[in-house]
Amino acid sequence: MKRRILQISLLFAAAALIVTGIIMGQPGEVLAKAAKICLECIGIG
Amino acid sequence: MDNKKRTAIQLVATLIQNANFKGFFTGKISEAPTKSVCVPGLNCYSCPGAIGACPIGSLQSSLSGLHIRIPYYVVGLLIFFGVILGRLICGFLCPFGFLQDLIYMIPIFKKQRVRTFRGDGILRYLKYFILVICVLLIPSLVRFTPFFCKYICPSGTVSGILLAIADHKILAALGGQFIWKASVLGIILVMSIFIARPFCRYICPLGAFYGLFNKISIVRLKVNEETCTHCGACARCCPMAVDPSKNPDSAECIRCGKCVHECNGSLHLGFVKGDKK
Ligand code: SF4
Repeated sequence: MKRRILQISLLFAAAALIVTGIIMGQPGEVLAKAAKICLECIGIG
Repeated sequence: MDNKKRTAIQLVATLIQNANFKGFFTGKISEAPTKSVCVPGLNCYSCPGAIGACPIGSLQSSLSGLHIRIPYYVVGLLIFFGVILGRLICGFLCPFGFLQDLIYMIPIFKKQRVRTFRGDGILRYLKYFILVICVLLIPSLVRFTPFFCKYICPSGTVSGILLAIADHKILAALGGQFIWKASVLGIILVMSIFIARPFCRYICPLGAFYGLFNKISIVRLKVNEETCTHCGACARCCPMAVDPSKNPDSAECIRCGKCVHECNGSLHLGFVKGDKK
C-alpha cells in the first residue's frame, strides 16, 4: 500500500513538474540546445 | 525473457531513438520538434541520428546557462520514467547500454571475464558522486560548464566520431579534448569485453538516478517466496552480480531478465501490483 501511495504521489509530482516546465517554455529551451551540435559533448568545445 | 528477444528490443529502441538516418551520411543533426522531448536513456542529442534530447545533457544545459534555471520539465520527465520503469530503461532502452552488451557478447577473453571483484561494491558508489558533483553541482556553480558532457560522457564521444566521419570540418576541429574523451570511451569499451556494463555499474548518472526508483517502480522483479528454493541460479547468471532472490529491488539491477530466464518460474519481471515483493 505504501509503495502504491508513493508511486501515485511521484507520478503526480512528475506531472506537476512537467506542466510547470511547459508553462515556463522549457521544452523550447531543450529543443534549442538539442537542435544544435553540442561542441562540449562531441569533444571540441 | 531470453537474451535474443532483449537484444531485438534494444536494437529497435536504439533505431527509434536514432531514426534521423540521413544524418549519418550528411553529418547534420536533426532539428525536428521531437528534440524538445528527452529520451529515457543515454543518447547524445548531437548524435547525427538522434531525434530526441539527452536528459543528462538537457539537465546540465539548464543548470549551467547564463542564469540557473530549475529544470522542472526535465526532472519531471526523469521522475516519470523512473517511477514507471526504474532501471528497466538501462536493460532495454538505453543505446549506450546496448553498445556495451554487444561488446560483451563478442566471444573473446571469456576466461578472463569477471562478474565482481574486491572493491566492486565501493566503486559502484562512484556513479552517485558523478550525478551529484559532475551533473548537478559543477554545472550549477560554473557557468557554461556541462562537466559530465564535456569530460566524461562516452555517448557524446561516439556522436563526435560519427559526425567526424560524415563531415571533414568536424574531423579537422578535433583536438586535445577529443583525445581525452576518446580515451575515456576506449577504456569503457575495452572494459566491456571483460566485465558486463562497466559504464552502467560505475559511471552512469542516469543509471544512478533510475536505480533510486528500483524499489518503488511499477515495473519490478517479483520473487515467489513459496516456490523459490534459493538454488542460487539467478545470482550466478546475473551480469550485474545481484542476488535477485534476496534483493529483487537492488539499485544495481538493470532488469535485463536473465535471472527470470534461468529460474524455475519463481521470478517474474513486469508490472507488479502494490507492495508485493
Ligand atoms: S537481477 Fe536479474 S534482471 Fe536484475 S540484472 Fe541481474 S539477471 Fe538482470
